[in-house]
Amino acid sequence: MIINHPILGPRDSAEFTYIGDAALIDRPDWQAEDALAQFVDYGYLRDNPAGKHKELWFHEQGDRSFLVVTRDTTTHEISGVELARDVARKRGRRK
Amino acid sequence: MRYSGLRVIKEALTGHKGWKPAWREVAPKRAYDYVIIGGGGHGLATAYYLARNYGAKNIAVLEKGWVGGGNVGRNTTIIRSNYLLDGNEPFYEHSLKLWEGLEQDLNYNAMISQRGILNLVHSDAQRDAFTRRGNAMILNGADADLMTTEAIQTRYPFLNVNNARFPIKGGLAQHRGGTVRHDAVAWGYARAADSLGVDIIQNCEVTGFRIEAGKCLGVETNQGYIRANKVASCVAGSSSRLMSKADMRLPIESHVLQAFVSEGLKPILPGVITFGAGHFYCSQSDKGGLVFGGDLDGYNSYAQRGNLPVVEDVCEGAMAIFPMLGRVRLLRMWGGIMDMSMDGSPIIDRTHVESLYFNGGWCYGGFKATPASGWCYAHLLATDTPHEYAKEYRFDRFEKGRMIDEKGVGNNPQLH
Amino acid sequence: MSQVNRLTGGQIDRSQTLKFKFDGKNFEGHPGDTLASALLANGVRLMGRSFKYHRPRGALTAGSEEPNAIVELREGARQEPNTRATTAELFEGLTAKSQNKIGSLKFDLMAINDRFSNFLTAGFYYKTFMWPAAFWEKVYEPIIRNAAGLGSISFKDDPDSYDRGFLHCDLLIIGAGPAGLAAALVAAKSGAEVILADEDFNMGGRLNSERFSLNHQSGVDWALSTVLELQSFQNVRLMPRTTILGAFDHGIYGALERVSDHLLVPLAGKPRQILWQIYTKRSLLCAGATERPIAFENNDRPGIMLAGAMRSYANRWAVTPSQSVAIFTNNDDGHKTAIDLKALGVNIAGVVDIRLDAPDSDLYEVIAGGQVIDTNGRLGLTSITVSTPNGKTRCLTCGALGVSGGWNPNIHLTSHHRGRPVWNDDIAAFCPPIDGPAGLSVAGAALGSFTTTGALLSGAKQATEALEELGFKTKKAVLPEAEGTITKMTPFWYVEGCTRAWLDQQNDVTVKDVKLSHQENFVSVEHLKRYTTLGMATDQGKTSNMGGLAIMAELTGKTIPQVGTTIFRPPYTPTAIGAFAGRDRDKDFRPIRKTPSHKWAEEQGAVFVEVGMWLRAQWFPKSNERHWRESVDREVLATRNSVGICDVTTLGKIDVQGSDAAIFLNKIYANGFAKLAIGKTRYGLMLREDGIVMDDGTAGRLAEDHFVVTTTTANAVPVYRHMEFARQCLWPDLDVQLISTTESWAQYAVAGPNARRLLLKVVDPSFDISNEAFPFMGCANITVFGGLRARLFRISFSGELAFEIAVPTRYGDAMMRRLMKEGEEFDVTPYGTEALGVMRIEKGHATGNELNGTTTALNLGMGLMVSKKKDSIGSTLSERVGMNPEDALKLVGFRPVNPKDPVPAGSHLMTKGDPVDAAHDQGYITSACYSPNLGYSIAIGYLKSGDTRKGEIMRLVSPLAGYDHEVEVVSAHFLDPEGERMRA
Repeated sequence: MIINHPILGPRDSAEFTYIGDAALIDRPDWQAEDALAQFVDYGYLRDNPAGKHKELWFHEQGDRSFLVVTRDTTTHEISGVELARDVARKRGRRK
Repeated sequence: MRYSGLRVIKEALTGHKGWKPAWREVAPKRAYDYVIIGGGGHGLATAYYLARNYGAKNIAVLEKGWVGGGNVGRNTTIIRSNYLLDGNEPFYEHSLKLWEGLEQDLNYNAMISQRGILNLVHSDAQRDAFTRRGNAMILNGADADLMTTEAIQTRYPFLNVNNARFPIKGGLAQHRGGTVRHDAVAWGYARAADSLGVDIIQNCEVTGFRIEAGKCLGVETNQGYIRANKVASCVAGSSSRLMSKADMRLPIESHVLQAFVSEGLKPILPGVITFGAGHFYCSQSDKGGLVFGGDLDGYNSYAQRGNLPVVEDVCEGAMAIFPMLGRVRLLRMWGGIMDMSMDGSPIIDRTHVESLYFNGGWCYGGFKATPASGWCYAHLLATDTPHEYAKEYRFDRFEKGRMIDEKGVGNNPQLH
Repeated sequence: MSQVNRLTGGQIDRSQTLKFKFDGKNFEGHPGDTLASALLANGVRLMGRSFKYHRPRGALTAGSEEPNAIVELREGARQEPNTRATTAELFEGLTAKSQNKIGSLKFDLMAINDRFSNFLTAGFYYKTFMWPAAFWEKVYEPIIRNAAGLGSISFKDDPDSYDRGFLHCDLLIIGAGPAGLAAALVAAKSGAEVILADEDFNMGGRLNSERFSLNHQSGVDWALSTVLELQSFQNVRLMPRTTILGAFDHGIYGALERVSDHLLVPLAGKPRQILWQIYTKRSLLCAGATERPIAFENNDRPGIMLAGAMRSYANRWAVTPSQSVAIFTNNDDGHKTAIDLKALGVNIAGVVDIRLDAPDSDLYEVIAGGQVIDTNGRLGLTSITVSTPNGKTRCLTCGALGVSGGWNPNIHLTSHHRGRPVWNDDIAAFCPPIDGPAGLSVAGAALGSFTTTGALLSGAKQATEALEELGFKTKKAVLPEAEGTITKMTPFWYVEGCTRAWLDQQNDVTVKDVKLSHQENFVSVEHLKRYTTLGMATDQGKTSNMGGLAIMAELTGKTIPQVGTTIFRPPYTPTAIGAFAGRDRDKDFRPIRKTPSHKWAEEQGAVFVEVGMWLRAQWFPKSNERHWRESVDREVLATRNSVGICDVTTLGKIDVQGSDAAIFLNKIYANGFAKLAIGKTRYGLMLREDGIVMDDGTAGRLAEDHFVVTTTTANAVPVYRHMEFARQCLWPDLDVQLISTTESWAQYAVAGPNARRLLLKVVDPSFDISNEAFPFMGCANITVFGGLRARLFRISFSGELAFEIAVPTRYGDAMMRRLMKEGEEFDVTPYGTEALGVMRIEKGHATGNELNGTTTALNLGMGLMVSKKKDSIGSTLSERVGMNPEDALKLVGFRPVNPKDPVPAGSHLMTKGDPVDAAHDQGYITSACYSPNLGYSIAIGYLKSGDTRKGEIMRLVSPLAGYDHEVEVVSAHFLDPEGERMRA
C-alpha cells in the first residue's frame, strides 16, 4: 500500500507501523463519574466497519509522525491522510 | 447413509451410483428452535452437538455463501492445545480430545493426523516461558515435551542450526498436535448434522435481527424472515458486521491473515514446525504441499487478500530455518479475515439482547477450536449456562479486568 | 538418430547444438528450444506421470499453463522439482529427470493405482481408511503420504542468491504479444516511463507461433523489429523472462525476473532471480489467452496436446510431436494447426470437427460433426477412434492429436482484488471484471479480442487512454495490417458417454468426478474444486477449470456464470520461495546490532548472546575456565568485591525536552514525576492504557526542560512509539519533543565497592562525585578525560555502589578500553549479561521474564506507586476488580530446602499436600540462577498472596523437566535488603 504523507508525499506503507482505530485519540476524562466505563469502551470496543475506517499509522521508519488515514477496509483504497496532531487538536485535545 | 468398507467396495464396483448427497438441499422453514448464523466449522459443529448432545430437533444453519467457505476453508489446518493460561488450556485440550475421536464420531475421514507440533526456542528467556507453558499444559492434562536441539535435529536433520541468525536452543513439542484436512471438517459436520435433522441452508444471508423489547425473535434473511427461539451468531471474520445489526460494538477488529501453499513435493516435513524468532510456521499436507503462514498483515481489513511485504516476511522465515526450500515454489496465497479480539482469546457468551448469542473473536486459533467451540456453544444455547471449559470466554472480562492474554500484548488486536 | 521430429524453419539457432540429458539419456537441441520442444524434436512424447493414477503423460501445452510435462530440473543442490519442461529454456549441459514414479518413467510401479481408479474417485478418502480406528495414522496415512507429492527436493541449501528490487513507472504493460507491443509503441513515443514485461524469453507472444504476416513482414519479424525499436527509447524498460505475479494494493505489482534460469549456473555475482515490486501509475494487461481442451475418453495420452501448442511447436520450434497428426476441434482455429503442419510436411490424419458445418478443406480430410470417442497407445498415442454423424466409428492412425475447445482470456490479474469475472457468450469465456484492480486496463486477447488486428488496435487504444489520463500527449499509432477474421466456435466441453475423460490432467480429475461431486451435493464451484481437487495442481487450473464449470452447469441446469468462477489468486505462476526471501536468509535473516564495545569484547574472547537484534557479551571466559558457570560466578564475585563493567548501551534511551517535559512524563509514568529535582533520577513504572505494566526504567532530570528516559532493551522501540502516540495524539499542545538516543550514547555500568574510585580517575576533577555531592539516584552532565562530554547516572541494577556513564557512541570503544586500563589497580572485571542477570535476581529486580505483558504493578509489589492523584496512562483501567483480587500473584523469592536442588524457571508452585494439577496451581518461577554469594540456587517468581507467605515451604513441580521438590518462600531481596551498598 502507499500512504500519501501530508508532508513527505507518497510513501510505502512498509515504512509505517499500524496502530489502530483513530478513536484512540479520544481518550476519556479520567475524572468523569463513569470514567472506568468510558475507559473500558475506549480501550476495548471498536466500530470495526466494513468500509471507510479512520486509523492511526506511525511513520516509524520515517519522520515519526502519527497520521490519521481514511482507508476503506473492503478495498484498501485510501481517501484521506492527515497529521494526527492536527486531528487531535480539531477534536479538542490540548495539554 | 453410513460409510463403511463394504459400502466403499460395493460402490466402486457399481459405478458409484449409490452415493447420496452429503447434506440435503433444503428451503428454510418459517420457524426454528435454534437458528445458527454461519455455516463454517463452528456453526456446523454447534448444530451437530446441539442435536447430538442435547437432542435438539429443530435447528437451522444459515450460510450466506457455501458451507465451509469461511475460515474453515482457508486456514493452515493445525490442531494443538499448547496454551499457557487456565482460561484457555482446558478448552483447547477438550478440543484436541474431540479431534482424536472425530472421525469415528462423524463417520467421516477428516484425516486427523497427529504428527506433532514443535515450537522452536531461540533464547533462554523463551525457554523459561515455554517451560512454564509446557508445565501448565501437563498440569491441565495435556502432553508436552521440551526437546533438546539434538533431538530436534534427529527429527529435522536439515534444520538450519549451524548458520542460523537466531540460534536454535531446543523446542517445546506437543506430539498429539498435528493437522486435519480442513474442508473435510466442515463437510463431516455438515453431513453428520444433516443426518440428525439439521437444516443447512446455503446462500441465505442474514440481513437483520428482529428485536422487540430487548428480545430477539428471529432473523431477516434474503430468503425471508425466519422466526427462532434462540439465535446464535457464529460468523468469525464478520462478527462486527453482523452484530452491528443488533447495535453491538464488539471488542474485535477484522484483520487479514495470509497463508500459503507450495507445489506438491515428496515427503519433507513430518509434523508442524514453528519458528519462534521470525514469523513462519509450516507443515506438509498429505497431498505433498507445504502449508505455511506467518503474521497478520496488521491493518484492519475485510478484503480477504494481503500484500507483498508479509509474503516476503514469511518466506524470509522459511529461508532462515530451511534454506533448502529456496527452489521450492509457492503455488498459492490467500487471505482470511480474522476476528482479532482485544486479548487474543475468543468469546462464547450471551449478549445484552435476550435469546441472541455470540461466538467469535477466534483470532487465528479458530480452526483447532472447532469441535470444542461447537460443543461449548451448544451447551450455552441448550442450557443458558456457560460450559465449564468456556466459562472465561465472556464479554464482561474486559470490564472486569480478567483478560486472557497469552501473548501479553494488551488491547492491540493486530499483535495477538 | 537425433531430432527425428525436427521440421524446417522456426526460431531456433541451428548453428549451435546443445547437449542435454533427460532421465539419464543424452539428447541434442538448439538455442531457442525449451526442454519440451527439444524432447519432442527427439521423438520423446512421454515426459511425466500424473499425480494420482500415475498415467503416462506428455506436454499438453507449450507454455506456463502446462499440467503434465513437469520435471526435476538440474542436479545436486540446484535440483528444482515440478519445473515445466514447456518453459524451461534449453542450455548446454541441462539435466532433467521425470518425477512421481517408482521405477522408470516407462514402467512406473505406482501405475497400479490406475487399476484401482474405480476406488480412487473424488473424495474417496473421506469415506474410507477409518477401520480400524487406529489404522489411519499408523498404516493408511503413511502410505498415502509416501505416495503423494510430485517432485522431490535435494535437501541441500539453495546455493543461489536472489535479489529484491523496486521499480517505478507510469505505465506497466503486462505481456508483449501484439497488444502489448502496440501499446508499448504508443507509450514509448508519449515520453512516459514504460515497463514492458513478458514471461517468455522471446517477446512477441502468439506472433512467434503463427505464420500470418503483418504488413509485408512475418509476425515474428514484426515483433522483432518492434522490440528493437522499443529498445532505442530511454523511457522504455523491456523485461523479458519476467512474470507479473500479482496485482497488489495501490498499483503495486509483484514481478519475478528469471535472470539466470537459462544458464547452467548463474554468472558470478548475479542472482538466480529478482523479485521486483513495480510501483505503477497505470497498468495494462495484455496477457493473451489460453486454449482450453475438450474432455473425451483417454484424452490424456502423450501426443495429445492443445492445437495451438502444436502450432507453436511447429512454427516457433520447428518440431512436430509426430509425423502424423490429427485435430479435434470445435472452432476454426483448430484448422489453422492442420494447415500449418501440412505446410511443414506433416501428414494430417484428419480434422475431427464437432460442427456439422465445419469448413471443408482440400488439404486434409475433415470429419464434420465427428467426435473423438477414444484413443489408443499405452505410452504414447497410436490412434484415435472417431464417431461420425452417421453413427459409424472410424479409427485414425496418428501419433499426435491437437485439441482445441476455444480460448480463455488470461484475466487472472484482474481478479486478484477479488473482482468477479464477467461471462461473454460470444467467446464462451470469462472476461475481465468491471471491478478489477484500480488503474489496471486490459487489451487484446485478454479482453476477449482474439484477432491480431483486434489485439493491435485495442493495445494502442487502451495505452492511449491510460496515458492521456495521466496527462501524457500521445500520437495516433501507426499499426500494421494484420489478419482480422473472427474465429467461429461452437462451445463444446466434453464428449458424451465417456467413462474416463480428463479435465485436470495433473490431479487426475475426470468428468466422472465432477458428476460424483454433483451427486453428493458438492455443487458450488468452491465445493467442486475442493472435493475433486480440480484446478488445485501446479498449473492452477489454467486449462481445466472451465471444463469443470461447464459440466457442473449442465448437471445443475444452470448457465456457466450462474455456477460461478473461482477467483484467481497470486502468484500467476508458482514462484520460488527463495525469491520472496531475497537475501534475508541464514545469518542474514535479520540485521545484527553490535554495541560500541563489541570489538573489544571479541578481543577478550567474549561469548555473545542474541538479545533482540543485538549481540551482547554473555560472559568473558578465562582460558582456565571449563564451564560457563565458572566465568559467571567469577564475574559476579569480582563485581561485588571490587568493581565490574558492563556494556548497557542496548537499553533504550529517550531524550525528552521542552518546557512541558515534566508534565508529559507525569502522564506517561504511573508514579509522580512532576516534582523530580534537577540532577535526580527516579525509577519509573510505565503502564499500558489497559493498566498492565509496559516497561520499567529510570528517568533522570538533567535540566528544567530536559529528561533522559531509559527503557529495557526489548521495549526501546515500543516505548518510544507509545510516548510519541501520547505526545502527538493525546496531548498535542504540550511543549515537548522526543528523540530516541539509544544509538547516540555508549553507556557502561560501573558497579562494585570500588566503582567510585575507578570513576575518580575518569571523571574530570571539576565534577564532584562524592556520595555527598552526587548521592544515590543522582545524574549530571559531566566531562571525562579532560573535556569529553558525558552523562553520569548513579543508578544500580546490581545492588552495588554503581554508576552508569554515557559517552557519545564514537567514543564507546575508547571508553571501554580506558575504563579497563584505569581499573587495573582494582582488578576491574568486565561482566556479561549472565552475571548481570545473577546480580539482579539476587536483588529481586524484575526484567522481561517478570514483565511479561500480563503483570500489574500490584503483582510487582508496586501497587502503591500507581498514583491516584493524577491522570496517567493506565491508572484508570488498572483499578478493575479482576486485576486486584485478594489473592493476587506477588513477586517473591524462593530458595531450595535442600541447597543442592535447583529452582528452575518455568516450574510451577503447589501448596504442600494439595493435588498437583492446574486447579491447585499457586504460581510459577520466572527467573532463576545460582547465587555464588549465597552458595545455592535462588529464584524469583509469582505466588498467590506471595507477600504473606514468606517462610512457607512449597512444592516446586516441573513435570516437563522432571523436578518435584521443596522450596521456601523468601523475600525477593536476597542480598543487602536494606540497600546499604548502593547508597555507599
